[in-house]
Formats: sequence, C-alpha cells, structure tokens
Amino acid sequence: MNTTPRRDSYDVVVIGAGPAGLAAAATAAEAGLSALLLDENAGPGGQVWRAIASTPVTERGHLGADYWAGTELVEAVRSSGAEIIQRATVWSLDRNLEIGISLGGASCFVKARRVILATGALERPFPIPGWTLPGVMTAGAAQTMLKSSGLVPDRPTVIAGQGPLLWLLAAQILRLGGRIDRILDTTERRNYLAALPHAFAFMTSPYFAKGLALMKQVRAKVPVVTGVSELAAVGDGQLATVTYLSAGRRETIPAELLLLHQGVVPNVNLAMATGIEHRWDDLQLCWSPVLDRDGNTSVEGIAIAGDGAGIGGAEAAIVRGRIAARAAVEALAPAAAARLAPMASFNAALVRAERGRIFLDTLFRPAPQFRIPSDDTIVCRCEEVSAKDILDAVAIGATGPNQLKAYRRTGMGPCQGRLCGLTVTELMAQARGKSPQEIGYYRLRAPVKPITLAELAAVPKTEADVNAVVRG
Amino acid sequence: MTKLADAIIVGGGIHGCSTALHLCLAGMKPVLIEKDYAGRHASGVNAGGVRQLARHVAEIPLSIRSMGIWERIEELVDDSCGFESHGQVLVAENDSEFDACRARVAELNALGFTHEELIDGPELRRLVPAVAESCPGGVVSRRDGAAEPARTTTAIRRKAEALGATVVEGVAATNIRKQDGLWRVDVGADSYAAPVLVNAAGAWAGRIAADLGEPVPVETVAPMLMITSRVPHFIDPVVILRGRKLSFKQFANGTVLIGGGHLATPDQDRNETVLDWRSLAISARTVFELFPVMRSATIVRAWAGIEARTRDELPVFGPSARHSGLYHQFGFSLHGFQLGPGAGAVMTELIASGGTQTRIGDLGIERFHSSPP
Repeated sequence: MNTTPRRDSYDVVVIGAGPAGLAAAATAAEAGLSALLLDENAGPGGQVWRAIASTPVTERGHLGADYWAGTELVEAVRSSGAEIIQRATVWSLDRNLEIGISLGGASCFVKARRVILATGALERPFPIPGWTLPGVMTAGAAQTMLKSSGLVPDRPTVIAGQGPLLWLLAAQILRLGGRIDRILDTTERRNYLAALPHAFAFMTSPYFAKGLALMKQVRAKVPVVTGVSELAAVGDGQLATVTYLSAGRRETIPAELLLLHQGVVPNVNLAMATGIEHRWDDLQLCWSPVLDRDGNTSVEGIAIAGDGAGIGGAEAAIVRGRIAARAAVEALAPAAAARLAPMASFNAALVRAERGRIFLDTLFRPAPQFRIPSDDTIVCRCEEVSAKDILDAVAIGATGPNQLKAYRRTGMGPCQGRLCGLTVTELMAQARGKSPQEIGYYRLRAPVKPITLAELAAVPKTEADVNAVVRG
Repeated sequence: MTKLADAIIVGGGIHGCSTALHLCLAGMKPVLIEKDYAGRHASGVNAGGVRQLARHVAEIPLSIRSMGIWERIEELVDDSCGFESHGQVLVAENDSEFDACRARVAELNALGFTHEELIDGPELRRLVPAVAESCPGGVVSRRDGAAEPARTTTAIRRKAEALGATVVEGVAATNIRKQDGLWRVDVGADSYAAPVLVNAAGAWAGRIAADLGEPVPVETVAPMLMITSRVPHFIDPVVILRGRKLSFKQFANGTVLIGGGHLATPDQDRNETVLDWRSLAISARTVFELFPVMRSATIVRAWAGIEARTRDELPVFGPSARHSGLYHQFGFSLHGFQLGPGAGAVMTELIASGGTQTRIGDLGIERFHSSPP
C-alpha cells in the first residue's frame, strides 16, 4: 500500500471505500481504467464493514454474516489493479474535478476525468434535551469502537431510538458480552399502520428474516420499552439518568451511557461543497443528490453511489457502485464497457436490493419531536445555540440557515454545520410554515474536513510561481 | 400592477441597504429589490474590514464620512454589527517598504489627512506583538477596526424596513427603463415606478449601466477568504501587508480570518465560485512566516464573494452622466464594505438635496467617458 498518489491524474477517482466505493473501484479498474480509491479510514470497508481487514473480533458469528460478506469485495478491489490509499482525507472537490487530499499531514491535488463519490451515510442528529452531556453518544460511534477495538459497554447502558442499525448494534454488543440495561424504542405506533401497505415487499426481502431474528435475540436478553416519547438525558455535567414517557407514565432510569440512534442520512458534505444539486427527500427526511439513472449528478463528470445517493443499504450500495463505474467506463472506454455485465442486469439487481426499503423508511421515520427540538435544547453544539435562540432569530427576520448566520453563529463553528444542519433546516421550516426544500441548507464549503494552516502552507506552489523562481 | 415609490434601489448589498436606510431617515419611501437576499454576495461574506487605512486619495473623504457613522452604528441600526475598533496596521516587511510608508503618510498630511500615522518598529511590535522582528515599522489608522459583514448588512436592511422601506428579496429586477418621466422596473408580476433609480447591484451593476447606455470597464471578481479554528488571543488590530497580499484579523472568539485579495473563479450566473487552493496556499505561507503561533491552527472554511472591480479600482459613485434621476453606487473593487454607511448617507444627500459636502467628484461615472455624450 502506497502513501501518495502515483499519478497526477486518473481516469476515475472513487472517494470512500465502503460497499459502493469498493464495487465502483473494482469495476472501473477491471475494465482497464486508471482508478484511484481514496478512503479516510485505516482500512477498507466503510462503516458497515469497518475494520474488515483488521478487526480483533475473530468469532465470525459475533458480527454476523453480512459483515464478513465484505471480504470478497475487498479482495476483488485489491486484485483489480486499482490504486488504493487509506487514511486519505478528501477535503476539496470542485467542478474542474480537482481533488484536494490530506495524507499523513501533507496535502496534494489530483485530477480526475470522472469522480465517483461514495461517502456513505451519517447518523441523523438526535437533539433531545441533554444530548450534549458526556455519557451520551451515538450508536454509530459505539459500533465503531466495537468493530475496531472490540470494546463494548460494561456500565449501566440505555439504547434509545429506532431503525435497523439500532437492533444490529444491540445484538452485536450482547454477543460480545456487553451490557444493555434497557432499549427505548421511539418508533411511533402510527408508523406501523403507515408501513403496512409496504409490508409484503419487505417480507420477501432478505432483510425481513434477518431483522426478525435480530430483534428476537435482543428481546430475549434486554427489556424493550416501546412507544417511547419525551426522551431526555439528565445529569449535572455527566449523564446520570434517562427519563421518558411510555404508556402515559413518566419513567426515570439511572444510566452512565446512553446510545442514541434514529437512522442514517446521506453524507452530503463533500457533494454539496462541490456545488452538486440536492433535493429534500420527504420520505427519508434528508437531502439527497439529484441523480440520473446512472448516478450522475448535476456537475459534469461526478456521480454518486451508495448511501450518499439516498439511503439504500449495503446491497444496493454495491450495485449502485457498479452502475456508476460502468457508466464511467462507457464514457471513457466504450470498447471496454462491452466486456462488462450489461447495465440491465445491474438495474435488475438494484430493484431486488431496494425491495422493502419503503417499508423500512416508513416504519422507522423518526417522529417530529426527536428531529425538531424546542426551548433550551441545544441545536448547534459548536456555538451553543439553542432551539429557542433560533426561533427568536426567525421572529426578527432570519429566513434560512445561511441568513441565520447573520443573527447567530449556527454552523460557523468547527463542524461547519455538519452536525446541526438537518436540525436547523427542519426547525426553521416548521417555524416559518415552509417546506425544508424552500428553507434550504447551509452553503457548505471546502475544506470539508479541517486542514492545518501549516499543511496548506506546504502545498506545492503553482507552476507560475515555480517558473518565476526559475527565471529569477 | 405598478407601485409607486420615491426611489427604486437595485441591489441589497450594504450599499443598497444603507442608501435605503438613509433615504428613509430623510423622509422618503424607497423600494429595494434584491435578486437573492440582502448580503448574499460580497456584502455578507467579505472580511469585514472597517478601514480608512491605505485607501486611494479619491475615496478618503467618503471613507472618513463613513467612519463617523460606523462609530455610532448601534444608535443607527439598533445592533452593534460586531463593530470593534482596535485599529488597522499596515506592516512594512523591509526598509524600502517602510520608505514608501513614510512617503505615503507625508503625502496624506500635505493633503490635510491625519488618520494615517507612521509607526516605528517598537510601536509596531507593541500593537502587533506576534509580528516578526525583522519588520521595520508601518502605518496605523487607530480608529479603524472590523465588523461582522452579514450581521451588519442584515441589521441595516432590517432598520431600513422598520423605517418604511419596502424590501423585495428573491426576485430579480428586470426591464429597467425610463418611461413618462419615471424609472420603471419589473419585479416578478409587479412593477415599480419612481423618479429615482439607484444602481447598487454589485457584480451585476455593470450590466445595468451598460443596458442604460453607460458602459463602465468593470469585471466580476471573487476575492477569497479563509477562517481558522479558535486560537489563543494574540492580536487586536487588523493587519495588512505593504508588499504582499495579506489581511489578517483575529475575532474576539479566537478565530482568525485570512484574506488579502487572491481571487477565485466566479460563476456569476450560477452564484458560485471555484476556489484556487494554490493561491490560498500562498496566503497560508505568508501567515506561516509572519505569525508562527498560527501554524497549528486548522482552516475550517474558505470562500469567496462575487463583486465588481473597475479598471481603476475606484467605485462608480454619483449621478449618471446621461440620465436624470439615475444614480450609480457600485464597483467598490474589493474595498466597499467600510464605505457602505457613508455612501448611503452621501447618496441620500445627492438624491434629496442635489449635492453633498463630502468630496466625491473623482468617483463619478463620467471619468470613463472620453468625450461628453
């Protein structure tokens, strides 16, 4: 494995080595294109197959068969001829398909003829009262520790929220001998009714049997409270208790760790900073890029595959990665494309992989109270801006997230709105009686991940500068 | 439907908003038309420098007029605008630059301007302790400072609206024409008519002037800025360099804004800019050399605002040379933010009284016309 890109430019640069990125890089390289796969983690796999090449969890049953399915794809990309660089943080991408990459504290740029973004998903913000207390963390962060280091909770632990990943994490924690005192399921009862018309498709999807088995495993070991509302984390400088309402009763339980999760949303940070057009998705309640059938975006030469194109899960991500890569091959080397599997077979595979998705999206649609906070609940953690602060700004004229910056510093801190953006959009939309699409999103800008001044200062000079020195 | 107003202002930057506000203070009812929202472009995303320092002589009177308004900005718009006055310092990095500073201050003094003051090495290091020992001195303008640009433009807009201005955002002004003695502008399904039209459309103003038969040599540019994470407080004044492109400002919250005029590639019709990281790297290198304390700071955002730059880098400010009732207020060429409050006040005097005591004669549009029309 090398440390810096071998070339200045590539036919295809794939960003992100999860299921979609691995599939895209393998497909492009196998077709004979020069392909560079950039990934910011220590090893390939993304979140779903995190640390697949290095995890200390060797008992395969603990992480489940779906986890180990990634091994094959990792092998495929490694033998495909694609250049793979791990611990490479892409901090900039522009319309000219120039990519700014940070590698071991130094930055460089490469050019691409096509870029495939496979930056995956992020956990949806879960801004309940007290969510910023030490002791409250996201389920995703807990899963990262579990997969990378085999660490599981051993103190009084509550898991709250909803969605497939919540149950998967609970099962993984329990199999590794971790402690879970209670699961608080926030799925709204009316979601079951709304999802019912889509249940048949889901029952015939591969997720159905797996999901049921997971939930059964977990329920056998942990008390599960359903229909939870008015969830709050309480403590003085540290999480002490979790309170909630269930069946009309207020309950309080002691906890040292609260893991929150209410689904994932596309990680749009790099795509938006590049100027790619996005639209509000009313079912998945998030921003999704506007794409054609092959995953091409509004910016010429850039496609998006995987959960960054709209949440679809790992199976769909692999197929979308192949589709985007095949489209790139068709554009750059039509003769080579003829040797690849036909697009129609990928499209059919995508339909199969996406079966049951509407059921999951409908069933696990988070309730407004968990997405749109009120009163003193913190929205923007970096600048400590509460829901009330934002509503006050709306009352005197703030119309959207970007205008809000003239009143409050929301989104101007170190995270640049990457954590609070969805919350701010939905909160302002509700306050103004508009749709999130009308309210809009923060204008995101590079660097999408912070780089140090020293690192930028060390960027190679422009050709003009070099020539000026040569001429003396 | 045609709505009547006392004046139509095209452009909701700090200049259009300030003129709207001052017209209201003079008892007029203006309508301000902004195709995006007030402060969307250069006025909301500039470095926020409130600077009299190092200006071209032709715009110093307007700058001084503006400074007086900045110093009571909170009284005017009910918001501090984040304005802080810790001075601005121009740093000479070597003796020849210092000689140029000395000559400049002497020139200003001869013209009767006293806001710029020559400082030696010890005074420079008292004001800017982090600056490299090798710098021999510089120039300070002690009343200068900085403000928060989006907050300022928004506050001025809000106050103008509170005093009776109509602010129309999100729709472009089209079909600008003079008919039956009134300026008329279509805004979506509506039309506005007024005896006065102010062209304060920033990067888009050149097109308006050209359409009205007064072309100006103006280009669209996008100066880049970047901001760092919080670092311990180490500097109060805004610092600019004499010889290299750099401006540098630490805010009260510890973040540091780095600018200086390196340009991005603007895409005016998309409202977008493509950043030039190799030029930003030059700024980063300059900061790296001058302020070692900044080396480990992280850069959290870089951006560029779209604005107009004229051939002589001076604004087009004053009445039209061709049409009565038309006024131009654009082309501030990367240094219009500080001028905003004063320019609105002076523009209002021109409109309401037909003249001003503030010397602006060298900024008129007629300077670009070789022969009178």
